[in-house]
Amino acid sequence: MTAVIETNGLGRRYGRRQALSDCTLSIPPGRVVGLVGPNGAGKSTLLQLACGLLAPTSGTIEVLGARPASGPAQVARVGFVAQDTPTYAGLSVADHLRLGARLNPGWDDGLATARIRQLGLDPGQKAGKLSGGQRAQLALTLAIAKRPELLILDEPVASLDPLARREFMRTLMEFTAEHEASVVLSSHLVADLERVCDYLIVLAASRVQVAGEVDELLATHHRLTGAARDPATFPAGHQVIQASHTERQSTVIVRSSAPIDDPSCSVDKLDLEDLVLAYMTQAAAVGRTPVLETTR
Amino acid sequence: MMVIEFHLDGRSGVSPYMQLIHQVRQAMRLGLLREGDRLPTVKDVVAKVAINPNTVLKAYRELEYEGLVQPRPGVGTFVTRTLSDESLAAHGPLRQELEQWLTRARAAGLDEESIEALFLSTFRAAAGEKA
Repeated sequence: MTAVIETNGLGRRYGRRQALSDCTLSIPPGRVVGLVGPNGAGKSTLLQLACGLLAPTSGTIEVLGARPASGPAQVARVGFVAQDTPTYAGLSVADHLRLGARLNPGWDDGLATARIRQLGLDPGQKAGKLSGGQRAQLALTLAIAKRPELLILDEPVASLDPLARREFMRTLMEFTAEHEASVVLSSHLVADLERVCDYLIVLAASRVQVAGEVDELLATHHRLTGAARDPATFPAGHQVIQASHTERQSTVIVRSSAPIDDPSCSVDKLDLEDLVLAYMTQAAAVGRTPVLETTR
Repeated sequence: MMVIEFHLDGRSGVSPYMQLIHQVRQAMRLGLLREGDRLPTVKDVVAKVAINPNTVLKAYRELEYEGLVQPRPGVGTFVTRTLSDESLAAHGPLRQELEQWLTRARAAGLDEESIEALFLSTFRAAAGEKA
């Protein structure tokens, strides 16, 4: 099966600033992919590369097996909701639907009108007069009615209140279930994504820190707590993600596909938030301190 | 018509997948779900609780594996057993005794948390003995 997004050494520079470096991914189809990372990590850059709004400065990217925005057919297969779910303030809800119908060959007008009715939006209302949650739902309706194979959303719920967030996610999951589309959405909060994603990418300091199926990530990451020890003493199969030490105790987050069999420490499961934070903390620490190569 | 509605507790530490399974089993034990009832469709569930559709599919597959439900392609997933038949009649009197016990516990000065802790620790100890 063709990967939804396949990148190889993908990078993007703005002037002298490297916004995304050496990004290699292969995302299987039919997933709801969460892209998490702190602000400025490169999330928007990656998403804009995927929908062809930006061109790479290094490496390659293919979306649904073709170069992003390489032609009208490719554009029609990918839906994109930009950051803060923008709409045209001066146009009415009905105008937005008319615009959608004119611009998208695969436009599903029945779906669009039904959604607007279900949301209780007045078609004559100007988008600028809608609440934040309603505007987000309008932007989502436009992207859904285009009937994309891949729907990309950049921080769609960041500016919404908790109720509007939930409503938005419900609509999005309903669409995913009904049309078996792939979805990629970004957030700087894991909590927004935890229930909806089955695939996760952690982006920090312009690099992919980890990517994979959520179930697999949860099954292979462990927190080990025990007497203070040097992380270098862990067996070869244990990849140390993050370690913190007191005088007497070490807490280490380890990735290992084999079960941890170490009687000297207690082993706990991680939840998704702890897992993401471990990678982010590590990336931040590497960014702050000059990397010292220790010779052994 | 939907027979049951799922709800998820985000802070319980129990995965949404397990919560769905528990809620179906629970509903079957309480006689809310009986043989022949249709479970909510995947679309219904995700539109209500905003979770990944694959999570619902996975939970339904697990229930199928346990022999509690059976999918019928294009129609839905149906409950194939009634769990509560024989024991349901006993629920009423047992509940009454439990309520009396709760009254006594409160009268003895136990607060809600202490009551819960006492019940759970006794329950677990008894379950441990049985196993």
